[in-house]
Amino acid sequence: RQDVLVLTPWLAPIVWEGTFNRDILNAQYVQKDLVTGLVAFAVEKYWFFIEGFMRSANKYFLAGHQVNFYLFTDNPGKIPHLQMAPENHVFVIPVQNDSRWQDISTSRMDIISTYTHSQFQYEVDYLYSMDIHVQLLAHIGVEIIDALVATISSWQVTPQHENKAYEAPPESQAASPEGQGDFYYTASFYGGSVSEVYKLTRACSQGLVEDREHGVEPRRSDESHLNQYLLHHKPTRLLSPEYYWDTEL
Amino acid sequence: AIAGRGKVHYLPYYLPCPEIFSMKLQYTEEKLIQLFPQLFYQQPRVLAPKRQDVLTVTPWLAPIVWEGTFDPEILDSAYKPLNLTIGVTAFAVGKYTRFVRRFLESAERHFMRGYRVNYYIFTDSPEAIPQARLQAGRSLVAVPIQKYSSWQEISMRRMEAINQHVAQVSHREVQYLFCLDIDMVFHNPWGPETLGDMVAAIHPGYFESPRSQLPYERRSSSAAFIPEGEGDFYYGGAVFGGLVRKVYEFTRNCHMTILADKANGIMAAWQEESHLNRHFLTHKPSKLLSPEYIWDDRKPKPPEIRLIRFSTVKKNYKEVRN
Repeated sequence: RQDVLVLTPWLAPIVWEGTFNRDILNAQYVQKDLVTGLVAFAVEKYWFFIEGFMRSANKYFLAGHQVNFYLFTDNPGKIPHLQMAPENHVFVIPVQNDSRWQDISTSRMDIISTYTHSQFQYEVDYLYSMDIHVQLLAHIGVEIIDALVATISSWQVTPQHENKAYEAPPESQAASPEGQGDFYYTASFYGGSVSEVYKLTRACSQGLVEDREHGVEPRRSDESHLNQYLLHHKPTRLLSPEYYWDTEL
Repeated sequence: AIAGRGKVHYLPYYLPCPEIFSMKLQYTEEKLIQLFPQLFYQQPRVLAPKRQDVLTVTPWLAPIVWEGTFDPEILDSAYKPLNLTIGVTAFAVGKYTRFVRRFLESAERHFMRGYRVNYYIFTDSPEAIPQARLQAGRSLVAVPIQKYSSWQEISMRRMEAINQHVAQVSHREVQYLFCLDIDMVFHNPWGPETLGDMVAAIHPGYFESPRSQLPYERRSSSAAFIPEGEGDFYYGGAVFGGLVRKVYEFTRNCHMTILADKANGIMAAWQEESHLNRHFLTHKPSKLLSPEYIWDDRKPKPPEIRLIRFSTVKKNYKEVRN
């Protein structure tokens, strides 16, 4: 690929189609006997997306490797029967819409960090979080596996939005001073090793709590905190916007 | 899942070389936490690659380090706070002691400036090692080793010697270790962009060659055999390195394949370099250094090589190998 940046200034690879050979990576992954988890939230009306998401993820997410799908939902009864590949497992985890939080998107970080600490770290080596209102259209494979992985927001490759930086109001914990910022990462798909994901979600969750205590609500708050964290804890691998395309653009 | 892998065990192997293989080592892996302090620099642009003339990422997503691909300030700000000590091994046996002074002087100017460095010079004549003036935080140790009868033997025994030394000494003193040839000189900065789990360098003589022309060992009776149709790059034996435990595993594996060849009465085409290439085919390096880091001054410099950082010293091979 000569048309895009494939390496960050801190030498983390940026994964685009054409930059990697999945066969080589699969061979390396299989040697290590790893398990990967995928977390998704289906709260309130979002239960509707479960079937489409799970069907496509079962087919395309780390196909051929062991994946634990962790589905957080406030409506376990509405989950349809899911036919999964033999190496994949689904765990349905009921959640309540916590009165502490304005909406579920801000409590996701808290929930992930809590469950990573109490459960996921014993069950998986790598953990990823993905928005549920998506369908995977092509293989997302072991090229995503690394210590701390973030996805470049599709905003950054859309010409009119190229200058988009951070939307957090300055008082927010997640405000970034002028002149900082590498890439804008989407909160819709990120992950890494369980220890790194724990640190990230915990830090973001704490930042959100502090924001709330000061009465500040930055727009797309969990994403602002994610970006602030990743500015100071640089990802070891970046996924191009191919890995999460926001069709609202 | 094998979550939280912590302990590294160094197990004994009982093969015809009792010295290293009866060594038992245990230490817990230390986790390096990377926190980046605030830095102001130009925003990287997603649609504007830095180098379009060369490959900067391998098909297994390991970075290939070229001038222009990295920002030394960002990397320094990440690595300096970790208080690392970087080890360097180099072998100065027989007449090769004459290269030590220039190697050290140039390393003091260009190699990992601002970091703690331990030079381990393996030699059969420690008294011939010059007392070089070193900067603060940098030290030199002459490691006595046996001189073997032929230069090929000396070259190949390096793997064993490095492995033994890691087990006995350097695993306690350094976090990263580079194994370099002594008959070379640093001309430009060599910094933390080179640090990685397992690092190999692309040989300057073959980076433009197709797979079929790479000088791998092609005899199937050798343990270093790489068949036609296989091979990623041709890596140079003059430069390799990484985390100390990775270098330990790597040198052990190479030494074992060298021993297997000895038992079968065969010596690989390019000695330990052939074994290194065999190993790196199945255990791919996590980072590659471009030929900027392992240059041969006899070659004319192509435009892709913007900077020569580490390169051979002109010498009469016949004379110095005796």
